[in-house]
Amino acid sequence: MEKQELYTHLDALEAEAIYIIREVAAECEKPVMLYSIGKDSSVMLHLAMKAFYPEKPPFPFLHIDTTWKFKEMIAFRDRMAREKDIEMLVYTNEEGVRQGINPFDHGSAYTDIMKTQALKQALSKYGFTAAFGGGRRDEEKSRAKERIFSFRNREQAWDPKNQRPEMWNLYNTQIHKGESIRVFPLSNWTEKDIWQYIEREQIEIVPLYFAKERPIVYRDGNIILVDDDRLPLLPREKVKYERVRFRTLGCYPLTGGVRSEANTLEKIVKETLGAVTSERTSRVIDHEGAGSMERRKREGYF
Amino acid sequence: MSGLLKFITCGSVDDGKSTLIGHMLYDAKLLFADQEHALELDSRVGSREGKLDYSLLLDGLMAEREQGITIDVAYRYFTTEKRSFIVADTPGHEEYTRNMAVGASFADLAVILVDASQGILIQTRRHARICALMGIRHFVFAVNKMDLVHYSQKEFKKIEKEIKKLAIDLDLHQIYVIPVSATEGDNLTIPSSHMPWYTGATLLDTLETVNVEEGMKETGFVMPVQRVCRPNHTFRGFQGQIESGKIEVGEELTVLPSGERAVVDGVFVTDRKETHAQRGQAVTLSLNREIDVSRGCVFVKDTELIVSHMFTASLLWMDDTELMEGKNFFLKIGTKLIPASVMEMKYSIDIHTGEHIAASRLYKNEMGVCDIVTAEEIVYDSFEKRRGMGSFILIDRVTNMTSACGVIEHSLRRAENLTWQKMDITREIRAGKLGQKPVTLWFTGLSGAGKSALANEVEKRLNVSGRYTMLLDGDNIRMGLNKNLGFEQEDRIENIRRIAEVAKLMNDAGLIVLTSFISPFRSDRENARNIIGEENYIEIYVSTPLEECEKRDVKGLYQKAREGKIPNFTGITSPYEEPEHARIVVDTSMQSLEDSVETIMKSLTEEGIIGIH
Repeated sequence: MEKQELYTHLDALEAEAIYIIREVAAECEKPVMLYSIGKDSSVMLHLAMKAFYPEKPPFPFLHIDTTWKFKEMIAFRDRMAREKDIEMLVYTNEEGVRQGINPFDHGSAYTDIMKTQALKQALSKYGFTAAFGGGRRDEEKSRAKERIFSFRNREQAWDPKNQRPEMWNLYNTQIHKGESIRVFPLSNWTEKDIWQYIEREQIEIVPLYFAKERPIVYRDGNIILVDDDRLPLLPREKVKYERVRFRTLGCYPLTGGVRSEANTLEKIVKETLGAVTSERTSRVIDHEGAGSMERRKREGYF
Repeated sequence: MSGLLKFITCGSVDDGKSTLIGHMLYDAKLLFADQEHALELDSRVGSREGKLDYSLLLDGLMAEREQGITIDVAYRYFTTEKRSFIVADTPGHEEYTRNMAVGASFADLAVILVDASQGILIQTRRHARICALMGIRHFVFAVNKMDLVHYSQKEFKKIEKEIKKLAIDLDLHQIYVIPVSATEGDNLTIPSSHMPWYTGATLLDTLETVNVEEGMKETGFVMPVQRVCRPNHTFRGFQGQIESGKIEVGEELTVLPSGERAVVDGVFVTDRKETHAQRGQAVTLSLNREIDVSRGCVFVKDTELIVSHMFTASLLWMDDTELMEGKNFFLKIGTKLIPASVMEMKYSIDIHTGEHIAASRLYKNEMGVCDIVTAEEIVYDSFEKRRGMGSFILIDRVTNMTSACGVIEHSLRRAENLTWQKMDITREIRAGKLGQKPVTLWFTGLSGAGKSALANEVEKRLNVSGRYTMLLDGDNIRMGLNKNLGFEQEDRIENIRRIAEVAKLMNDAGLIVLTSFISPFRSDRENARNIIGEENYIEIYVSTPLEECEKRDVKGLYQKAREGKIPNFTGITSPYEEPEHARIVVDTSMQSLEDSVETIMKSLTEEGIIGIH
């Protein structure tokens, strides 16, 4: 009778994430869960629903809308909020919009203004003291060294040389006024774990993850979706229709797709298991060189 | 055997930890193509003459790449057909001991690198000791750089003997010793052709097959309550992760520390209604009757835990400022956060030799044993019996830093413990309890300069930010303590002396004192400074000029003095000696009262006098 029933790798990761989410709800004054609409956010939302059942998550969700997200993402976000009956806050850096900041003309300034600055503005506007993010340590080298409970000073900056020691599962959530904590419940998950968990739990995700014939252009070796008429075509660029899917979702002009036939979760998992390219290569911003993610994080990027 | 193995790698600076793991991942074909590509590109800039530098895969932070060493814990993930792994790659440097402890607290197994050309170093002992302290029971010693000793079996045997002796010294549960070369790849994933004399498993084989649950003897059901779930008036559930054992609907459990009992009438494993739940699962339990349960309580069945407020623990000190006896903290154990203080330091432990050294303080990266007392009774067990209920962290109440981590050795009963009476309650202890630095803010200046008004406002501001204060002014001193004193010179000296002595006593009690007296003579203020103590005496000169004070003449005193009705009136018939080294100067004729208060608060904060709040 004392025999332990099968307890898999995914069971362990799920329990760990739920433990973290509950700790924040119990100890932090004003938490929020960042919701980026992507697959990792879908997993986080799913975990939050499970963590508090039969209660609803005792915190709101926040989407930073750069106004350049895929249309299907926005529709999916609004439907999820309705169906799950959760509070979904949406924030856009209106000053950036007024200045006409866009991903074509402003490069890394665009990411800073519409994402990093917008996030900082939103967090201070609502006075959130803790924010869940879907970051995983397998994504990037500087993330691999970040704590699960990652402390931010009054300027919302990360100091990688002065991280609080994080021992066992004893998380220190004590902060001073004006300071905050970013919390990463999926720290120990890999891309493969995320897909396998989505398959096991049958979690609904944005259809863009599944292969389908879509209008695209090839640009600098990336496959960019022509999501609306704001995408300026360069001379010699031609819109083609090909079967593509996306491994990560962000702003459509900055997100590269892959040619794929995987149109079911099962096929996606299989494709991922045999993947030869790690997922961040499909994020255009990461190509700036080693250390660029760390630099952005120090400045307050999630 | 669990499908997930969490392990840590440790070794000294040049032992090649990052290279070992990087090379193992590379050989096991567990790298993504673009990471491999980046590795090749980076290596061309690196040192190893165009060869692949596998360590580049792991050293992530910019600062680390610049210095060429690993500062913080990096986590890596890989999966083979047999198992999933999470590796914590940790820094070897002594100054980063705490970062190593972070990695060790997370792991079930340690891979410790030993340089074959150097043998066991004092660092090796330190690493093994920290891993053992944090609860690791399984150790793989990778004797690295075998290529540099010509793959000599004799050299290996010599080191293996040293390792076995170390294992006995540190009481390590289970050890494996493997000869490897991280740069050349010997015995990482395939048996080395250079060392046919070694017939044991390769490093990867060992990691794939080791059973870390073997020898674990945690019995009975234990679940610390994380939060109370109340979706509506009818349902009340208790959420947490099961630490050990299993529980079924209909079984009776005990709530600690109260000892009340109730029967489980509902079990949810996450969002699924079930009849039972087991170790490791995130659950919500409901009980058959209303009893008092809150976060920090522990549910138990068929086992006993200790309920007390004193215990002896081994600590690893991780803060820049040293630990002193009597210091106050928040202690977090399980899901309980509670005020606690370190009652008595018993000794520190030489982290290299294990020797006990008499000590009353503990400095960064030092280990020691001490007695700890908590504000209320808490639920715990010795770390040896139950990792989850025997480990804790100490959080500094002013800086919020995680200052220490510790493991409980054994409980202390009141009767056994005579040290409490022995301990002298010092000024630091009292101030620590109040979480502040007790100083005296000595306001000096002419009558009517605005001293009392300012002192009053500053006191209010300090109180708002949670400080404990006392204001001494003419009213509460002249009416009582000093009512036998007049205004002659001797009496004025005595007046200031008594005020300074009272301020000092109140500082000793932990309070921040504000005094508001004209105190016109340098020699008197010098005397006060000596009594109160140089570092605690903050002189604030309210420099409002005489003309302005006389113009204000709130109490009509200047007029009376001019008329000769008050003898020895400062500024009129008696001198005011301006301070030469006041810490803060404000002139209420130049700026408003509010602005003056702001100036004072700002300097006090900047100089770190009133703390961070």
